Amino acid sequence: MRYQTQQIAYWYFLAALALFAVQVLGGLTIGYIYIQPNFLAEVFPFHIVRMVHTNALIVWLLLGFFGAAYFLVPEESETEIFSSKLAYLQLIILLVGTLGAVIGYGFKVHGGREFLEQPLWVRLGILVAAVIFLFNISMTVLRGRKTAITGVLLTGLWLLSLLWVFAFINPANLSLDKMYWWFVVHLWVEATWELVMAAVLAFILLKLTGVDREVVEKWLYVIVATALFSGILGTGHHFYWIGTPGYWQWIGSIFSTFEVVPFFLMMSFAFVMVWKGRRNHPNKAALLWSLGSSTVAFFGAGVWGFLHTLHGVNFYSHGTQITAAHGHLAFFGAYVAMNLAIITYAMPILRNREPFNQVLNMTSFWLMTGGMAFMTFTLTFAGTIQTHMQRVMGEYYMTVQDDLVIFYIMRFGSGVAVVLGALLFIYSQLVVRKQEVIRPGRANPAPETSDPIPGE
Amino acid sequence: MAEILTKSRARNIFYGGSLFFVVVFVLLTWQSHHHIVARSTAGMPLTEAVVHGKHVWERNSCINCHTLHGEGAYFAPELGNVMTRWGVQDDPEGAFEIMRGWIDAQPSGIEGRRQMPHFELSDEDVRGLAEFLRWADQTDTQGWPPNDAG
Repeated sequence: MRYQTQQIAYWYFLAALALFAVQVLGGLTIGYIYIQPNFLAEVFPFHIVRMVHTNALIVWLLLGFFGAAYFLVPEESETEIFSSKLAYLQLIILLVGTLGAVIGYGFKVHGGREFLEQPLWVRLGILVAAVIFLFNISMTVLRGRKTAITGVLLTGLWLLSLLWVFAFINPANLSLDKMYWWFVVHLWVEATWELVMAAVLAFILLKLTGVDREVVEKWLYVIVATALFSGILGTGHHFYWIGTPGYWQWIGSIFSTFEVVPFFLMMSFAFVMVWKGRRNHPNKAALLWSLGSSTVAFFGAGVWGFLHTLHGVNFYSHGTQITAAHGHLAFFGAYVAMNLAIITYAMPILRNREPFNQVLNMTSFWLMTGGMAFMTFTLTFAGTIQTHMQRVMGEYYMTVQDDLVIFYIMRFGSGVAVVLGALLFIYSQLVVRKQEVIRPGRANPAPETSDPIPGE
Repeated sequence: MAEILTKSRARNIFYGGSLFFVVVFVLLTWQSHHHIVARSTAGMPLTEAVVHGKHVWERNSCINCHTLHGEGAYFAPELGNVMTRWGVQDDPEGAFEIMRGWIDAQPSGIEGRRQMPHFELSDEDVRGLAEFLRWADQTDTQGWPPNDAG
């Protein structure tokens, strides 16, 4: 660790991992309710547990992004974080808000716009925390070296914080409500978060592969340009059937088709940099997560997104398990895995130990990725049958659902694998301190330490 | 390629192009806002009952089981056209009564069947909810859903 204030990231990552555990356990619970509907029906009904599942996901991903920023900005800017007190204050506000929200959900205290169910005081707390963060990070960048990575990262974080304003705008007109709701939801995950993801990926690849900064940063600009050029008007694919004008069917279909491009570029970027790179960095697990993240994001967000984005297809598949399949793999590949990649890269440095082989970590990668892939396949099959029976044949919702139980049972199985993988990941990061089993081959041994190699 | 697309050009394309698309998006959103208010949702007035019903809908987090215009959780039926399905889209009194009966009958307690929780709703709440769902049902959603099954 070259800068003392990078240590802030450690606490953000710890908080993120704790919420990650809450998120996957919540997911497993509602996966079980799908096959055993009377389970917890009186105490913690489905809708409450689902709020915990989705809200914990969003908050831990944001905590991971904040942690990533506190970790990589000092190295990029070559200066300490402006104020570590503010950074810890921000973390405390976020944790108090999250705990308050989750406990409140247990007592039926919540709003009712999907994903934005947090009570007003929590949403205001998030706003305050975001302002503190932006001030702190911007001051750090302003007084240090300016790079494309920090520029893109900050652009993403500033825009996503500005868009949070729409979490407070809730028109009485349902169609207007829905249209502005997507300003947060879509323009986060299909635009501004992609900027954060690409910046973090570029940083990791720069460190792991040692490819020239000029090359990495040019790729970065091209990737984020395609992300916003396609993603902003791609919002149109949510404006097909909510009362918005018909022209969105064409705008949405055309531009969201191009949303595949940034994900394809990110995957290509990761592989090309690894091929070009001359550095044999010892942290193989971080490399696995980076390549895995960009690949799964391409399939989850890119391919599975395109699968149902054309309006002629979406007319039939909208709001079925197809959407659930896409949502799960896209979030996992793009944001969960990228967060776990930066955590895997940073943790050995933050805990002042060498990365070793991280065999358990890599095992957790395959458990989680395998589980998520299987979950996506089962939900895609369920969604295909649901679309046909309900939307084409016109059979009633509950009749169709009864025929899909076999897929929900398989989905639950894959959920168990994901939870085991997640817990194994947390264990491998926080507990293991000794050398794990695989020794490097003689032909191309990985160096024992990572410190002496500078980032450029 | 490498000579033409320098890093600073790539940066300018990113910032300039994004600004362009933001402007286009804002203009289209502005037009859509007017379309929604003046046309697609104009078939029924946005009464106090409808607004109250939307609050009831939100306070009880219905969206985390049901979908509405296809958005929400996928654990319970689509409600954007439920009033058509129940045959009471043009009958406010009938909509209220069937909604009252439905809410009071939950949870069914049937083993192996998805359970809708019991919600304490006053008559005013139930009337609002029924009006809100009738209001949602009359929205011009470009012909979606494909059939009454939702």
